[in-house]
Amino acid sequence: MTITTIQEELIDEFSLFDDWMDKYEHLIELGKSLPLIDASLKTEEKLIKGCQSKVWLHAEMTDGKVVFTADSDAIITKGIIAVLIRVFSNQLPETIINADTSFIDEIGLKEHLSPTRANGLVSMIKQMKLYAVAFQAQQKK
Amino acid sequence: MSFDVQKIREDFPILKRKVNGHPLVYLDNAATSQKPQAVIDCMVDYYSNYNANIHRWVHTLSQEATDAYEVARKKIQNHFGIIHPEEVIFTSGTTHAINLVANGFSSILKKGDEVLVSAMEHHSNIVPWQMLCERTDATLKVIPMNETGELVMEDFEKLLSENTKLVFLNHVSNALGTINPIEEIINKAHKVGAAVLIDGAQSCAHIKPNLKALDVDFYVTSAHKMCGPTGVGILYGKKEWLEKLPPYQGGGEMIKEVTFEKTTYAGLPHKFEAGTPNIAGGIAFGVAIDYLNEIGFQEIATYEDGLLSYATSELLKIEGLKIYGTSKNKTSVISFNLDGIHPYDVGTIVDKLGIAVRTGHHCAQPIMDYYKIPGTVRASFSFYNTKEEVDKLVEAVKRAKMMLS
Repeated sequence: MTITTIQEELIDEFSLFDDWMDKYEHLIELGKSLPLIDASLKTEEKLIKGCQSKVWLHAEMTDGKVVFTADSDAIITKGIIAVLIRVFSNQLPETIINADTSFIDEIGLKEHLSPTRANGLVSMIKQMKLYAVAFQAQQKK
Repeated sequence: MSFDVQKIREDFPILKRKVNGHPLVYLDNAATSQKPQAVIDCMVDYYSNYNANIHRWVHTLSQEATDAYEVARKKIQNHFGIIHPEEVIFTSGTTHAINLVANGFSSILKKGDEVLVSAMEHHSNIVPWQMLCERTDATLKVIPMNETGELVMEDFEKLLSENTKLVFLNHVSNALGTINPIEEIINKAHKVGAAVLIDGAQSCAHIKPNLKALDVDFYVTSAHKMCGPTGVGILYGKKEWLEKLPPYQGGGEMIKEVTFEKTTYAGLPHKFEAGTPNIAGGIAFGVAIDYLNEIGFQEIATYEDGLLSYATSELLKIEGLKIYGTSKNKTSVISFNLDGIHPYDVGTIVDKLGIAVRTGHHCAQPIMDYYKIPGTVRASFSFYNTKEEVDKLVEAVKRAKMMLS
């Protein structure tokens, strides 16, 4: 599926909830369904700086595509990670680097993306894109 | 005067606003207090009518501004029971005041000297002393705390020796609300000849100290914790100490005479007040002090104690809720967690319901390490909060628990 299709799908999915509570409950469910990252990967170097809750992000290349796994000790954060992984995982590095993130605004999670927010998920997206840049550089070698 | 919380709430324009569609319930008073109209008006009045630089000019506006600023210093002096007005140094806040003292002690401490700091300090009362010890080769030692969040006084006494030169601690812990026994600590520290600095940032809105009676060497606090503006605070120091410490920053206003060969410094308090200060902030600090005294600190303490015990018993009815900091002597701060739920998640849900609480380590990571937790949810109450607001918090926490479990 293309990154745009996944984003549209997410926007549709979240538009079913008019109430913030339902939206958050859905997010929490998504968080619970997130496949856990291998315990051996929960290291200091996989930790994303700048989050109030702990977020571990791991990336590897499989068949030319970047596969992300992640975890957090906070469930709402995990829900947001689940959304981001759905969008960014299993994509070509170039697609990830060029991906637009305005879908987050459209599904009503913009508040989590403010760079000044304590749990700024901006740093998470940035980290995902950085992994993509690194993999792309490796490929070019 | 009788305590009428509804009437008091009228003084705070911000309490009328809505957040996420709900009336604001502001329970982050330990981070900063809200401002009454009198304080806001005072700042507007200053900039609208007599904004001028102070202390150095002969024109009328400057004279008016200088007078108002010095009246504020006098109000602060009276409020805190300080003997001499020149012992009140205006700073940009508590952190600035602590750094000023720490810097001054760089030239006094030497290898082998010991500095004691409590285990429940805010980072601003840990880092400057660590930096000081690195510069001077003095040793930083920690007064431990126990499970209830109180300092272990026997250990404190054991740590004291003739090598102890300084003892630093907060009057009230920002993360737990514990009121520390500062009288006892000051007396015991003085017996070995150590100086004591008390950080009053978390106590000043609840407890009116008499610094002369306490015989404390240094006391620091911020105006914004007690209904005043941000960016202004004070350092109180005993005159003999302030005369001994070197200036912190060089600049205008702090000098007596300047030539390229040598500068002589101005007397107190100007020696420590380089540059143009936060004039409006200083004047408004005085107004905030007047405002609080008009309500009365005894009345405030009694009312807040009532809120604290009501909130404590209501929150503890929620299964799996644990409160950190259970000293009998505490201000109206409740730090808590729900079993198995991250404080950040709880904070996010209650914010959606218009309730402002703080989540995280509260700039006191050593406390969180002690309890082996990533952080807490902290609700801190002020005299303008109500029992109805406590009920809303309890309902919101219950809802968060339901959603997050």
